[in-house]
Amino acid sequence: MNSYQKKRKEAQKKWNLLKASKIPVIYLGTASCGRAAGAMEVLKSVQKTLKENRLKAKIVQVGCIGPCYLEPLMDIRLPSRPRISYANVNPEKATRIIESYLIKGDPLLQFAVGHFGDENVEFTNGVPAFFDLPMLKPQVRVVLRNCGFIDPEEIDHYLANEGYAGIMQAFSKLPQEVIAEVGEAGIRGRGGAGFPTYKKWEICRNSPGESKYLICNADEGDPGAFMNRSLIEGDPHSVLEGMLIAAYAIGASHGYIYIRAEYPLAIARLKKAITQMKDYGFLGKNIQNSRFNFDITIREGAGAFVCGEETALIASIEGKRGMPKSRPPFPAVAGLFGMPTIINNVETLGTLPNILRNGASWYKGYGTRGNHGTKTFSLVGKVRRSGLVEVPLGMTLRKIIFDIGGGTRKPFKAVQTGGPSGGCLSEEFLDTPVDYESLDAAGSIMGSGGLIVMDEDTCVVDVAHYFLDFTQKESCGKCSPCRVGSRHMVEILERIIKGQGQADDLTKLQTLGETVKRGSLCGLGQTAPNPVLTTLRYFRPEYLLHVTEKHCPSAVCRELIEYRVIPEKCTGCQRCVSVCPTGAITGPRAEPHNLDPSKCIKCRACYEICRFDAIAGDAIIIRSKRRSSDEQAK
Amino acid sequence: MKERSVTNKDLIHIFSGFKSEEGNLIPILQRVQEKRGYISEEAIKRISRFLKISENQIFGVASFYSQFRFDAPGRNSIKVCLGTACHVRGGQILCEAVERELDISPGQTTKDKRFDLERVACLGCCALAPVIQINDDIYSRMTVIRLKEILDKYE
Repeated sequence: MNSYQKKRKEAQKKWNLLKASKIPVIYLGTASCGRAAGAMEVLKSVQKTLKENRLKAKIVQVGCIGPCYLEPLMDIRLPSRPRISYANVNPEKATRIIESYLIKGDPLLQFAVGHFGDENVEFTNGVPAFFDLPMLKPQVRVVLRNCGFIDPEEIDHYLANEGYAGIMQAFSKLPQEVIAEVGEAGIRGRGGAGFPTYKKWEICRNSPGESKYLICNADEGDPGAFMNRSLIEGDPHSVLEGMLIAAYAIGASHGYIYIRAEYPLAIARLKKAITQMKDYGFLGKNIQNSRFNFDITIREGAGAFVCGEETALIASIEGKRGMPKSRPPFPAVAGLFGMPTIINNVETLGTLPNILRNGASWYKGYGTRGNHGTKTFSLVGKVRRSGLVEVPLGMTLRKIIFDIGGGTRKPFKAVQTGGPSGGCLSEEFLDTPVDYESLDAAGSIMGSGGLIVMDEDTCVVDVAHYFLDFTQKESCGKCSPCRVGSRHMVEILERIIKGQGQADDLTKLQTLGETVKRGSLCGLGQTAPNPVLTTLRYFRPEYLLHVTEKHCPSAVCRELIEYRVIPEKCTGCQRCVSVCPTGAITGPRAEPHNLDPSKCIKCRACYEICRFDAIAGDAIIIRSKRRSSDEQAK
Repeated sequence: MKERSVTNKDLIHIFSGFKSEEGNLIPILQRVQEKRGYISEEAIKRISRFLKISENQIFGVASFYSQFRFDAPGRNSIKVCLGTACHVRGGQILCEAVERELDISPGQTTKDKRFDLERVACLGCCALAPVIQINDDIYSRMTVIRLKEILDKYE
């Protein structure tokens, strides 16, 4: 038995002991998103409750299982009972559930959302299987298979779940055979551009160079996207194993992980995982007797969106300003320090172990022709069930947004795919299959996987301005189409949302947008106009209302809206009077209040308190100024 | 973050972990900022001597990246997320409320050094938007009216 098999057997033993634990096991999702929802307070409360009641239980901190809207999630498994999942747990609820289940044996199923596993299913009567929940059922978990199940800080948990079996498979083949297998599987770069992974590798493998580099691009800069963070936090070893496979295929001896400094937990988990890899002989010299040497350095990004672009990322690792270069030469020929370099996205790398372990034909079973496999998306915005999802390519936007995401509360308006570089698609595109070509044809892009859903309360002009303002600020300034063009576009959009738009502004936007797209040096500039161009194409009437009638139908654009008190609804509770920072609201108790528009700064405080405070009565509304003047005219 | 004066010792300790190569500039700047909270002119001079690259070049690189700041931070750091999901759910209004409450603009520190304020592109908790981060604490599903009460927790 070689050392890998031995380590794996020990890991399996450990894993089985946890599975057949004689004491209760409590799983807590403590990735960044869970923590934001209060998981660490729940953890403290769980520890305290166990101690106070002298209960014995094992606590396992796991990564994100996906449905962020259910966070914080706490699961409990008692010996020979299925694992039961409780959602939206707070410290008090956690105590109540633990005291009830662990002491009295009553699992308080009214708080349960789902169960895992088939042991004593009758016990869970009425509670559905977790993966049968509407959000989970249509999903296919390939990359995310371990997220939420294993302790990401335990290499043994990963090993016991077929971890590092992919790289062992790769070692039994020649590097060229690994490239062929990945080519056969047909995986395309998950960072957004969709270039076939194996082709890039082949070019790099065949390029001469005394050393070669592999870079893992974890500079997830798209606002509204968190797929890579979740994967690294929930299953770091899968990405690291993917790096080993890629490095072996291209013949790289050194790897870098370029990761956003804004992801401290992900960085900490990677560091820990790398130490474990070294201990287990998966990094360093002669890895698992394969004569293959590899080491990994973590580089923290210093906050520049453009560094997601390959050549800018390389400049940043070299200690320079992160500015892109013109290509060719492509990084696969001359990249980091002038050497052949491959840059792969986190998700691409995380998929590789699965492909090597299960074979290309298995992987091809998911997705559609030319778009094989699965893709993760962060489904956010005005959608009911937000979170991290993984689906086979080719699923329609409708299925993702409505079946998985549960649709929107107010009528659906648009979905932005591909983050700030992507496009905003209207309702008629809901039946578009999500694959690289179809999204391209609609004027958007796949991008790294952000899906931002908007309802009728979202103003598309405001959103287009938001995205362009973001990319314009992140423009590195090297080429003028991007630097100057995007600036002008933002200025025009600013005019429009302020109600100062001019008749020819839309034509100007269109021309400028097309020029920036064609003339820019790198992907940032080439895609920056997409949100504007697509909204101009699919939501022109909304732009026209802003320009000609100074009217924002969604009541979002600040200069075009006003706050009003509806006298019939106002209970005169004075809550709004007390929160108004400018004294714009006045009125005696128990009588309808007055709102002076000349003093109102539209800070939203009165609107919020009027909705969230029980004695107030939804009496303050926000609406378009034009609507008010229309009514007065009547 | 507490204010600490960067001593020679600190810098020597940081430098000892790196080779004198241009590629190490950004990690060194990050360690210096971690230690002191900002990059001082003095620190740039010393890094310049250590890496044998000009002060201009170092300032050029450091000012390119939004992570680096060149003046001392406050005792508590507020980051208001203006990522897409937060924007759609009112992040900008939240940011203005913080500005009003503390009477500073993003990038500035209050006179009493209690808070500094930064806008960030995305904290990666989009499903819980809008969010703000104060030091290491993340507050999700934020509202303007909860803000004051939360700020009062920090001294």
